[in-house]
Amino acid sequence: MMAMSTRHILLGLLASGPSHGYDLKRRHDERFPQARPLAYGQVYTTLQRLVRDGLAEVEGTDSDGGPERTKYRWTEEGERELAEWAREIAPPAPFVTNEIFAKVVVSILSGGDADAYLRAQRAAHMERMRELTAVKTARGADLATVLSADYALNHLDADLRWMTTTGVRLTTLIAEVDAA
Amino acid sequence: MSDKGGETVPLLAARDLVKAHGRTEALRGASVELRDGELLAVTGASGSGKSTLLHCLAGIVRPDAGSVTYAGQRLDELPEKRLSELRRTEFGVVFQFGQLIPELTALDNVALPLLLAGAARTEAQGEAGEWLERFGVRGQGELRPGEMSGGQAQRVALARALVTAPRIVFADEPTGALDSLTTEQVMTALVRTVREAGTAVVLVTHDDQVAAYADREIRLTDGAVAAQGVAA
Repeated sequence: MMAMSTRHILLGLLASGPSHGYDLKRRHDERFPQARPLAYGQVYTTLQRLVRDGLAEVEGTDSDGGPERTKYRWTEEGERELAEWAREIAPPAPFVTNEIFAKVVVSILSGGDADAYLRAQRAAHMERMRELTAVKTARGADLATVLSADYALNHLDADLRWMTTTGVRLTTLIAEVDAA
Repeated sequence: MSDKGGETVPLLAARDLVKAHGRTEALRGASVELRDGELLAVTGASGSGKSTLLHCLAGIVRPDAGSVTYAGQRLDELPEKRLSELRRTEFGVVFQFGQLIPELTALDNVALPLLLAGAARTEAQGEAGEWLERFGVRGQGELRPGEMSGGQAQRVALARALVTAPRIVFADEPTGALDSLTTEQVMTALVRTVREAGTAVVLVTHDDQVAAYADREIRLTDGAVAAQGVAA
């Protein structure tokens, strides 16, 4: 199974034509605005590994009056590998080991205030959702920004729904303990 | 926002509201403040008292106990005639299903509040057309509610709520019947419009993604305010 990786993203960017490292970095950061920007070092090492594995090759060098830059293009093998990766289903994640879940369980086990924690966590989630909503609805927001904010918003929303249900279950649990 | 002696006075303030429907207490001591131009989301589970709170704040129902003060006046003590005049001139209301008048076109639905306030027909229709434009439904002006999509009807309902330039719009699940993309379009149009006009909004919703369009959230549990989240 192939995981999400910088090499596949760089191969994907090479699909639109030969490019040099600086340009690939710039286009990556534009296309994936919510992701961490790629470091130049990472771009160049990844390109060298793609060449080593026969997935990309050097097209040539140009300088445009500045420092000499190496241009890369993908190979047929690179194209095949990218197509395979893009078709592969991402495994639906188990999502059982996240920090919020762990803190609630530990709180219940140790007699802590899980309800207060859930309320504080909700406030932090809502604050982040307000920021993302402002980003995606700003005039002139580009599609990559909107899609990426939507993705984050839907995941935060899923957390919130779980926290709400868990909050209600806590009340039920406490009532049962008190009644016993 | 008004300012008295250096202290900020909220546009609308409710204190310790209690309201029962029969033997069910929908509100049990809820307090809330709304600042001028603020977008406030009221969230909470079904039956937590969200809609009852909105109805009390908008002067649609009177609380059994507690007070609602709007711009220095006690709404819960105003005579019905004065209260209904205030609702017509200062407040706009939108519900989950826009409650447009089915026999009227979109344009006439939006023009109606102005006609009731004494505006001439051509003026009212001109103004209504501009509000339909702001919500991106001017092209639907001649359609009746039954001929529009849910999203279009809600935009017309929002235009109708805002046409009288109210200080506050009360919206009860305005996107409750819409899909997520239409919700986004309706909410974006609403937020842009009220920001430009400086209108305050009380937005009741069970959808946290909709609540995230507001500046601040209050969360109701069993008829009382459980948490207040303040935007930075």
